[in-house]
Amino acid sequence: MNPGLIELKDVHKYYQMGESIVKAVDGMDIKITEGDFVAIMGPSGSGKSTAMNLVGSLDLATKGDIYLDGTDIELLDESDLAQLRGKKIGFIFQQFNLISNLTAKENIMLPMMFQGISSHEREARAEKLLKMVDLGDRMNHYPGQLSGGQQQRVAIARSLANDPEVILADEPTGNLDTKTGEMVMAFLEELNRKGKTIIMVTHDPKLAHEHAHVIYQIKDGKVEKKMRKVKDKWKVFR
Amino acid sequence: MIKDYTVLAYKNLRRRGLRSYLTLLGIFIGIAVVVALIGLGDGLRAAVNAQFDVGSTEVLTVQAGGLSGYGAPGTGVVKPLTLEDADAIEELNNVIKAIPRNIKSLKAEFNDKGAVIFAASMPKGEDRDLIYETLNLDIQYGQRLEDNDVKKIVLGNDFLDAEKSGFGKAMKVGDKMTLNGVEFRVIGVMEKKGSFILDKVVLIDDDELRSLIDIGDNVDIIAVRITSKDAMPQVKRDIEKLLRQRRNVKEGEEDFEVTTPQAMLSTVNNVLLGVQIFIVIIALISIIVGAIGIVNTMTTSVLERKKEIGIMKAIGAKNSDIFLQFFIEAGMLGLIGGILGIIFGVTVGYIGTFGLNSFIGSTAAPNINLSLIIFSLIGSFLVGAIAGISPAMKAARQRPAEALRG
Repeated sequence: MNPGLIELKDVHKYYQMGESIVKAVDGMDIKITEGDFVAIMGPSGSGKSTAMNLVGSLDLATKGDIYLDGTDIELLDESDLAQLRGKKIGFIFQQFNLISNLTAKENIMLPMMFQGISSHEREARAEKLLKMVDLGDRMNHYPGQLSGGQQQRVAIARSLANDPEVILADEPTGNLDTKTGEMVMAFLEELNRKGKTIIMVTHDPKLAHEHAHVIYQIKDGKVEKKMRKVKDKWKVFR
Repeated sequence: MIKDYTVLAYKNLRRRGLRSYLTLLGIFIGIAVVVALIGLGDGLRAAVNAQFDVGSTEVLTVQAGGLSGYGAPGTGVVKPLTLEDADAIEELNNVIKAIPRNIKSLKAEFNDKGAVIFAASMPKGEDRDLIYETLNLDIQYGQRLEDNDVKKIVLGNDFLDAEKSGFGKAMKVGDKMTLNGVEFRVIGVMEKKGSFILDKVVLIDDDELRSLIDIGDNVDIIAVRITSKDAMPQVKRDIEKLLRQRRNVKEGEEDFEVTTPQAMLSTVNNVLLGVQIFIVIIALISIIVGAIGIVNTMTTSVLERKKEIGIMKAIGAKNSDIFLQFFIEAGMLGLIGGILGIIFGVTVGYIGTFGLNSFIGSTAAPNINLSLIIFSLIGSFLVGAIAGISPAMKAARQRPAEALRG
């Protein structure tokens, strides 16, 4: 069996909260395979946000191992991890999280700048990506001048800047109306069809079931249920 | 890469608008003061020299006075110089002339108002020409005092001004002024010297001054014209030796003073240097305060932009990327302050020198060169950048997951 693109092996994440220790993630196994559309699903407080940080290698585990493209991220130094993360994973956030004093185009150029890509190439790619998300006429607009749906499309374009293998979307439709949300999900599905691995974190079972092929249902910091869609039917593992 | 950070830094500074400008105020003031001060240097020196009447370089002045140095002319001098002293000095080698002069305060009346003025005695004949020459005195209106003049005076330039004359009215050639009860006619007014002594003085014939007050043989100042500048130190020593004998004082306890133009000049320059050092210290304090302001603003900025730092890290920014961005931003704050300070300082240097020149009639040039400007630019950037090191490190060390939470 080929190794996963991202793998969590018996991962624990504990936080010190005053006197007590919060076990946000408490023994979690997740394996993301290339080309999957994975939903990490659970109610708030289930530990799914912490799980997302670990999957996105934004945080290190207290215990257990996290592999990104076969590399134990624990063994990488800070700058190598940042470099690897910037190349392999594109992030889409609920709050869009664009840099407010940069234009749409500059926002998309930023991840490429951190990879040391020449400014000429950055600009060309940013323009191409913006056209792809139908914002060719909004290149020099600032986030404040764009609607929520447009901002999220800029964020999608930004997540694709370094042509990553994985797109990690945290509640990508959470701040959007239904129609715009559907459009964003259509983009993600299309990206998946083109071969990108999508990881979506959501509290919404409907959204997960509608779009994902694999669902990790999280509860109390553990994977409660893992499901895989086989020929339009959900098959439960474990 | 650095160019990208510079653009980012500039955008971030612009976003903070007024706060950025307030932050760079300290650096601005400090750099402006230093640049203006250096730019004005030559002009200032000329102005101060004019105040102290540093004139011809071939004239020594001898003045009676205590061990403490200068006594105000004609006021409470312990043992005045005499006409005989002047005669004796004139006998010395390399001395062309020893001209005794008196400066006395007189009661003056004009425009029905009384005031106390200083009257400086003018010798006759060649000696008077020498005084005009050594003090660089030129007549603006009317004419100079001549040998046959009776009850005539020449005024300093300040008497042309109603405010400065002390009589509440501007004076002109032909006016009558009463000195110690005797009426004199104004026949000339001197050109402006920019000196608080020469612009307020009334020039009067030596004999006429002696007729107004009882001076006896006493002399306030002896101006000694010598053959050449090179003889100056030797003549100074000779005069000191002579007067020690005549006044019966030991070496080191002189109750008189022989002043050379060089000594005067160095005194003046020492005073000026002291003032400049003081101003530079204030400027440095301003720069330090400015640097602390930058530390403060950048630290606040790190806290405010925590989420932004998180986003950047998520999309691949290394610690060094974040550090560089904040570091350059802080340096740029310093640099912009420096640029504005230089512009302001250079302007003050030019306008100030021009103003001083027209005020005292000097021809000093603003002392501004490229190395001063480059040094100021580098300095202001470094001050900002150094102030930004600690906040930038703080920003760089943020953990991505935590920073993203905002």
